Amino acid sequence: MGRTGAPLEERRTAVGAVDVSDPSPREPTPRGGDAANRVTVIRPASRLPRLDLGELWHYRELLWTLVWRDVAVRYKQTFLGVAWAILVPAFTALVYVIVFGKFANFPAGSTPYPSLVVAGVLPMQYFASALSLASLSLLSNLPLVTKVYFPRTLLPLGGVCVPLVDFVVGLPVLLFLIWKYDTWPSGWETLTAPLFILLAVVTVLGISFLLAAVNVRYRDVRYMIPVFLQVLPLLSGVMFAVDQIPVKWQWILSFNPMTSVIAGWRWAVLDAAQPNMGQVAVGVTVAVVLFVVGLATFRSSEPGFADTI
Amino acid sequence: MSIAIEVDSLSKRYRLGEYQAAYGTLRETLVHAGRRIMRKEHHRPASEVWALRDVSFEVPEGQVLGVIGRNGAGKSTLLKILTRIAFPTEGRAEIRGRVGSLLEVGTGFNQELTGRENVYLNGAILGMKRREIEQRFDDIVEFSGVEKFIDTPVKRYSSGMYVRLAFAVAAHLEPEILFVDEVLSVGDAEFQRRCLGRMEELANTGRTVLFVSHALPAVAQLCDRAIWIDGGQLVGDGKAAEVIANYLHQTHSSGSERTWSAESAPGNDLSRIRAIRVQAHEGMPPGVIDVRRPVGIEIEFDVLRRGKPLFPKIKVLDQEGAIAFNAMDTGERWLQPSEPGTYVATAWIPGNLLNEGSAIVEAAICSIDFPKLEHHAAVYEAVSFEVLDPGEGDSARGQFSGQWRGVVRPLLDWTCERA
Repeated sequence: MGRTGAPLEERRTAVGAVDVSDPSPREPTPRGGDAANRVTVIRPASRLPRLDLGELWHYRELLWTLVWRDVAVRYKQTFLGVAWAILVPAFTALVYVIVFGKFANFPAGSTPYPSLVVAGVLPMQYFASALSLASLSLLSNLPLVTKVYFPRTLLPLGGVCVPLVDFVVGLPVLLFLIWKYDTWPSGWETLTAPLFILLAVVTVLGISFLLAAVNVRYRDVRYMIPVFLQVLPLLSGVMFAVDQIPVKWQWILSFNPMTSVIAGWRWAVLDAAQPNMGQVAVGVTVAVVLFVVGLATFRSSEPGFADTI
Repeated sequence: MSIAIEVDSLSKRYRLGEYQAAYGTLRETLVHAGRRIMRKEHHRPASEVWALRDVSFEVPEGQVLGVIGRNGAGKSTLLKILTRIAFPTEGRAEIRGRVGSLLEVGTGFNQELTGRENVYLNGAILGMKRREIEQRFDDIVEFSGVEKFIDTPVKRYSSGMYVRLAFAVAAHLEPEILFVDEVLSVGDAEFQRRCLGRMEELANTGRTVLFVSHALPAVAQLCDRAIWIDGGQLVGDGKAAEVIANYLHQTHSSGSERTWSAESAPGNDLSRIRAIRVQAHEGMPPGVIDVRRPVGIEIEFDVLRRGKPLFPKIKVLDQEGAIAFNAMDTGERWLQPSEPGTYVATAWIPGNLLNEGSAIVEAAICSIDFPKLEHHAAVYEAVSFEVLDPGEGDSARGQFSGQWRGVVRPLLDWTCERA
C-alpha cells in the first residue's frame, strides 16, 4: 500500500486528527468553517414542487459539461461531423421547395419561397432535435440518475441547449439565401430574432419536462414523439406563410407556439410581413402555460425517479 | 468531536405496485383505470415493503464506519438515501461536509470521449469544479498510469485501464465524507488494493468514511465501528469485530454444538458419539472464533464395551467442502483396548492455522484396521464455526484486508538476510 500513510495501529489512535506525517502530496481539504457551510439535510420529499434556482445555479458547471459532452459526442461519432448541421436543413428545405413550392404552389407572400422554407426549417429542426433529446434525457442518462445526485432538471435543460449549436451552425444556409435574393432585414425587428428563438426554447422545454417525467414510468413517449414531429411542421407553417391562409385558421394555428416562432423569426430576419401580435400573444401564453405545467410536473415527480426508472 | 453524519429514524417504503407499473405501458394503466370505472372495482392497495425502518445512528467526524448485512437487508437503500439518489419516506438525516462516493466509479464515462475529456466529464459529475480538476489533472493521470493513452477514446482502453482512470478521478475528489459501496466486488485485485489503500489514506487524514461491504475482513480491518442492518432495521452497532462476530453467529446455520441422547447417539455396539462442541472464545459469541487463538473441539463419546483400541478423530473442511485436514488422537492412552465409560476428548486446532470463513467439523471414533480406519461412530458436518480476523494486524494477513485464498492460512516464520 505504497501511498498509505501511517500503519494501522498508529491510525487507530490518530483518527479524527489530521495526520501530519501523511506523506501524501495533496493537502486535505480545508475544514472547519468551510465544512460547516456544507450541510446537507435529507428529509422526505415535499408534496409541493420547488424550483430551487439557487441549487440550479450551483450546478451550472455540470450543465455546461453535459451539454459539451453531448455536442462533442454527436460530432465525434459521425464521419461528416458538423457538416450534418448544414446538410440536414439544406436537404429538407430542398425537398420542401421542390414538392410544396414547385408542384403544390404553397403560398409564400412576398418572401422568396426557398428563404421562407429555410427560415421555417431551421427553428423546426431545432424543435424536433430538442424535443427528442430532452424528453428522453432521463433514460439516456440512466447511470447518472441512479448513481449520482444532481438536480434532474439539468438533463432536459441540457437537452434543449445541445441542438442550439446545430441551429447556429445551420444559419449560414439562411444567410446564403438572404444574400442570393438580397432580402437583408432592415428595421429594428431584427433585434427581436433571439426572442422568437427563446420562445421556441421555452415551448420545447415545457413539453420536454412533461414528457420526460411521463417517460420515467411509461416508455410510450419514445413512440409518440416521431408521430407528433411528423404533423407539427404542417401545423406550424414551415412550408407556407401563415398570413396567406384564411384568418380563422391563422387563429387556430396560433395555439401552436411554433407558429409564432416561425412567423416572427421570418419577420425578424427575412423582412417578411409582421405577424399578427394577437396571435403571437396566444402562442406565448400557451408556451408559458406549458412551461409552468411541465416544470411543476417534473419537479413533483422528481423524487421518485430513481425508484421507478 | 463534531458529528459528520446524523441519521434520525430514517425509513424508506416501496410500494410493490410501483415496481410493477414501472415498466408498464400507458395502455396497461388506461385499461386498468377503465376497468375500475366500468366495474367499479376497488383500487387494491399496493402491498408495501419497508426497505428501511427507523434507522438512527451518528457518525462522528473522522470515524470509519462499516455497514454490514445480508443482500437486501437495506444497506444499499441507506446509501442511496444518504447520497440523495432516493428520498426517504420518513425521518431525516444531516450530512456535514463535502460528500464523495466510490459507488459511482466511472459513472458517466463516455466511450467516445478521450481519457482527458472523460476526466473532466467525470470530475464534473462527481461534483468537482473545473478549476479543481485542472489543478489535479496531472495527479489524476499519474495515479491512473494511463498517461500514454490519455488522448485516446476510452472505448479503446482495456477494462483495467478504464477502471484505473475512473478510480483515479474518484480518488482525487478530496471529500470530507466518503461513501464506499462494494467496491471490492468490482475490478481486479490490484484495483481492490488501491481502493482500500485510498480509503485508509482518507481515514488517516481524518475523513469520515461510510463503508458498505460484504467483505468482512476488510470491514474488520478498516473500520473503527460497524453497524449491522437486517430487514431494514439497525440490529447491531459497536466495535467492528464484535458486530461482525455477532453477525456471523446469527447467519451461520448448523450450530457450534450438538448433543445426542443415549438412544439416538450415532455409533455401533462398540462406541457412540454423545456430543460435539466448539469451545467458545471469551468475548466472542458462540460459534465465532478469533483466527489467532486456538480452538478446542470437544468430542464426548461412550465406549460401550471393551473391544478394540479406539481413538477420536476429526476432519475439518472449509466452506467449499475442501478438506483442510484430518487429525486423530495418537496418544498412548488409546493403544490398549478402551475401557467402557464416557470420555471427553478435546482437539486443539492451533491459532493462525485456518483461513477466515466457515469451518465444518466432522467427528468419528475409529480403530485401525489396516489399510483402513474403521469408523465405529461418525458424524458428518457435525458442527461448524466461523473464523474471524479482527483485523488488528497481527494475523497472517498483516496489514492486508483484501481477498485471501487458501484452505489454511498459517502464520509462518520468515527469515530474511540481505545477500
